[in-house]
Amino acid sequence: MMKYKLKVVSTQIIIIIVLLTLWEYGAKTGIINSFIFSSPSKIISTLVSLVDTGEIFVHLGVTLGEVLLSFTLGILIAFILSVVMYESKFLADILDPFLTVLNSLPKVALGPIIIIWVGANTNAIITMALMINVIISIITIYTGFMHTDPLKVKLFKSFKASKRQILCKLVIPANISTIMSSLKINISLTLIGS
Amino acid sequence: MDKNILTVENVSKEFDTKDGSILAIENINFDVKEGEIISIVGTSGCGKSTLLNIIAGLEDKTSGNIIFDSLEPRISYMLQNDALLPWKTVYENAILGLELLKIKDENSVEKTKKMIMEYGLADFIDKKPVSLSGGMKQRVALIRSLAINPDLLLLDEPFSALDYYTRLTISEDVLNLIKKSGKSAIIITHDIQEALSLGDRVVVLSSRPSVVKNIYDVNLSGLTILEKRKSQVFMDLYEKIWRDLDDEI
Repeated sequence: MMKYKLKVVSTQIIIIIVLLTLWEYGAKTGIINSFIFSSPSKIISTLVSLVDTGEIFVHLGVTLGEVLLSFTLGILIAFILSVVMYESKFLADILDPFLTVLNSLPKVALGPIIIIWVGANTNAIITMALMINVIISIITIYTGFMHTDPLKVKLFKSFKASKRQILCKLVIPANISTIMSSLKINISLTLIGS
Repeated sequence: MDKNILTVENVSKEFDTKDGSILAIENINFDVKEGEIISIVGTSGCGKSTLLNIIAGLEDKTSGNIIFDSLEPRISYMLQNDALLPWKTVYENAILGLELLKIKDENSVEKTKKMIMEYGLADFIDKKPVSLSGGMKQRVALIRSLAINPDLLLLDEPFSALDYYTRLTISEDVLNLIKKSGKSAIIITHDIQEALSLGDRVVVLSSRPSVVKNIYDVNLSGLTILEKRKSQVFMDLYEKIWRDLDDEI
């Protein structure tokens, strides 16, 4: 098993080295436009100078803060809305088409509108990140909630469990893995948005 | 064994579909006495589970009456699979009903722990269901059902997910446990042998719309399932029920 893992990791490293080498070679020989695509060596030298001046840490801190805030807000909003939709079929039926349409919108293309709307600042970045991560998180978590094993739901109902008991003692614990995978998707989408 | 725990009186159920209403069960009548096990057999889709859901109060009936001896009957449901919660231990699963019904106290917890010990699960009390065999999981599901001290136990094809050998062994265990607890039970199955092995009486349902075709007294109490299966009474009843069901296919 360890040998297999080592094989996988070393192959992944080789792929990265080959791609970086090809990129560098392409940029040096003019096969690709280094003004648009840059090159690994240029990126490294820029990185070194930013580290030297300490400027990189300011940018990293701001981006990290924005990502963390957007991620936390996104998952909180998605979780609360999924719970509300699970509790109210009426609300879920109303929101369903809106979620589908919002999910298919090219959110990144809405960037300029968002900047005009909330201003060219951190708020715009957080709004953009939320627009990207909230909808897909709601869809993932709510679908998981609705697909909770119907036999277990029936068992809970046979014990006269209230809707809240079913939610807290069955639906949420049964969907921890769905919520975790939603968190994984959420963090990568938040990075895109930020 | 004379007091009626439950009387099912002229119960019918109609489902509304796009193509109009469908009568699933029609004027079902039978009763369950104290300490008695009733088996209900019928072909697939005849409405056995619907009838059980109506008795459990999980579905509404269209007409008829479900009359319990007690005013607030406590009913336990054992489902087609064990439905154990994988994130809880054997003990936590066993007391689930007590917690949901908010009747958990020192006495009920002690009784549940005693059942876990008696039913050969002492070494697994703090283990998660993933470490149990199919038969052990069914035993935990039965303990969970009995822990709430039910007036009536409903078993909806509880062994259908088990292999043949485990099914025979565990059904013997479950029968003994229910008999020992003195509880009344209704077991639904499509397996005639299982119905005869477990039930004191067997209710035969016709295909949809389901009506009671016959009710047979089994009168084989005191025998093991294997002894029952070898007896002439068992074989005669098997043939009669087979003929009843054969007419329906």
